[in-house]
Amino acid sequence: MTRRAPRVLAISSRGGHWTQLRRLRRAFEGCDTTWASTDAGLAKEVAPDRFVFVPDASRWDRVKLVWSILCVLWLVVRIRPDAIVSTGAAPGFFALRFGRLVGARTLWLDSFANAEELSLSGRKASAFADLALTQWPHLGEALPAQHTTQQRRRVKGRAYYAGAVV
Amino acid sequence: MILVTVGSQLPFDRMIAPVAKWARERGVRDIYFQHGGTTVDLSGFEGADFVPPDEAARLFDRADAIVAHVGMGTILGCLERGKPIVVMPRKASLGETRNEHQSASARSLEGRAGFFVAWEPEELPALLDRLGELRGGERISSDASPALLSAIRDFVWSGRAPRA
Repeated sequence: MTRRAPRVLAISSRGGHWTQLRRLRRAFEGCDTTWASTDAGLAKEVAPDRFVFVPDASRWDRVKLVWSILCVLWLVVRIRPDAIVSTGAAPGFFALRFGRLVGARTLWLDSFANAEELSLSGRKASAFADLALTQWPHLGEALPAQHTTQQRRRVKGRAYYAGAVV
Repeated sequence: MILVTVGSQLPFDRMIAPVAKWARERGVRDIYFQHGGTTVDLSGFEGADFVPPDEAARLFDRADAIVAHVGMGTILGCLERGKPIVVMPRKASLGETRNEHQSASARSLEGRAGFFVAWEPEELPALLDRLGELRGGERISSDASPALLSAIRDFVWSGRAPRA
């Protein structure tokens, strides 16, 4: 059995969430990465990696919200990622939710903008994601080093700190 | 060139209006407004509701200084290019955003080289008058911190070894 490169889905809304996601690209070196965001014009920024457009969701517009959720569901089912990483907001949140269904490991990285408390999505995501990270040391416990993570189960519902995008 | 930008979500006329007024009074023409659908009269100025990502990158490259809301995309764009930025936080209490995270971000970034905060519109003209002397900080790398990259790499590769 050879170890194949993990399939990764990196997904976020456009704007600041995307700028932060893009700054993680070196963490995905050697992976089979698909990027997804809410502006098709962003494809160039991660070429030659695969890029998929997903429509934006707004909690105020039900029809758009449902359409966005369906597109994200289809994306997750089609890619069947081993791991999903999101910096927010709504499309990433739903991708993590559906990721649980296909057995993907799920990671939420809360935005650097949330310096005083975790975002609402971040608080919700930390309840079911395999790992939720904040970018501010005062908002999360230091993430245990890799060799200890096997023994010390991370506590769901808790955010950890392992550094920032900047 | 001065780039004024409010991001892709909502207009921010509480910032656009004093900047436009300042530019008119001082006769500043080399200024671009990305205003998100403003009701402020911007006749005679270059600008757009929204700009697509590649156009935004070109504007950032051209700009000598940026005036913006406290959006992480904009701020990272400035830090990566070492360009000075003057920000004004949106307030949720005025319906300009969902919560007060922009003020929190501004507080936590204030003091960084090249990062200047106007907490209220009245503080903008004085900062804008100094725009020519404001200097950006060192260009930051286009990658997240090594510790964060390493934690995410570990996470992505951890778990059961996938079968080839």
